[in-house]
Amino acid sequence: MKLLEFLKRERKKSASVAKERLQIIVAHQRGQRDQPDYMPMLEKELLEVIRRYVQVDQDAINISLDSDNDCSVLELNVTLPRDE
Amino acid sequence: MAKIIVVTSGKGGVGKTTSAAAIATGLALRGNKTVVIDFDVGLRNLDLIMGCERRVVYDLINVIQGEAGLNQALIRDKRTENLHILPASQTRDKEALTPEGVEKVLETLSQEYDFIVCDSPAGIEHGAQLAMYFADEAIVVTNPEVSSVRDSDRILGLLASKTRRAERSEPPVREHLLITRYDPNRVTSGDMLTLEDVREILAINLVGLIPESEAVLRASNQGVPVVHDMDSDAGQAYADTVSRLLGEDVPLRFHEYQKKGLLSRMFGGGRR
Ligand SMILES: Nc1ncnc2c1ncn2[C@@H]1O[C@H](COP(=O)(O)OP(=O)(O)OP(=O)(O)O)[C@@H](O)[C@H]1O
Ligand SMILES: [Mg+2]
Repeated sequence: MKLLEFLKRERKKSASVAKERLQIIVAHQRGQRDQPDYMPMLEKELLEVIRRYVQVDQDAINISLDSDNDCSVLELNVTLPRDE
Repeated sequence: MAKIIVVTSGKGGVGKTTSAAAIATGLALRGNKTVVIDFDVGLRNLDLIMGCERRVVYDLINVIQGEAGLNQALIRDKRTENLHILPASQTRDKEALTPEGVEKVLETLSQEYDFIVCDSPAGIEHGAQLAMYFADEAIVVTNPEVSSVRDSDRILGLLASKTRRAERSEPPVREHLLITRYDPNRVTSGDMLTLEDVREILAINLVGLIPESEAVLRASNQGVPVVHDMDSDAGQAYADTVSRLLGEDVPLRFHEYQKKGLLSRMFGGGRR
């Protein structure tokens, strides 16, 4: 019975892997699309500052700018490593 | 006033020039005065696909620099009435292509033609941005493959921000998705993104689907745009695409797995 289940469970098709990857990539690209040009630089420098105090990974930092009618909010999320 | 259509993709080698040639020819065959312009300075090959390479004397940059008149540079297509080709320079520097110069050329052509089709170079730099800058509509050529889809999405970003329409806050460039080199057999076996996958990810209107086809290489060997080969799947698929660009509602073809025909079943030794 187990063998039959095993045989039935298909190997994940490569096209569906491609689709999942693309959904993430495109969501990320679209998130950056409307940002001001200084955002990548700002992100890089913020990361450098944080790294003076805590060792974090490249992708531990997430920065975004949300604007509505009368103000913009810069949102910064940093995932810190768990204390040893 | 002509409608300016850019054929673009970001990624190289996905079928822009093949598509620009087929679509421009298709538009002309339907009675529209059409000119197709090669923006791929230094790597021109639209003239080869159109089969007029031996008649190139002057090019787009000669015109922009005032070394030749527009009418001297325009090549009249041998086969198709209402169709002209404006070749790119093979030798000159890309920087010679200035926005002001291109604008002037397009403005003059606009008075004469119904459609101006711009064959963009690959990439997202100067040449590609200039090819799309003045566009009213964009055909985003995409292969069902990760890097092509990603690059198409980047192109969509540029179309929304780096075009004249965007800068002047005019109605946006109309975006059309053209999926090329589609192989239904590989889609069925799960090794190629489906039409719906690509459409869902890019979220723009599908204007056509061109199957992977032997007719394309045959056409480029001969220098005859594939839309002239109406016995071929790719030729018919491009003709459908042109109809949709002209606002007709044409059902999609060639996206489904083709069962083998009677002849190949009899002689191909295949199982049924
Ligand atoms: N539907 C198709 N079926 C089979 N081959 C194709 C198809 N479309 C394009 N090709 C082939 O793919 C190659 C690249 O096509 P083409 O030159 O049109 O791409 P391109 O996007 O203009 O390239 P570049 O970015 O270099 O300008 C050519 O060899 C062409 O014959
Ligand atoms: Mg090309």
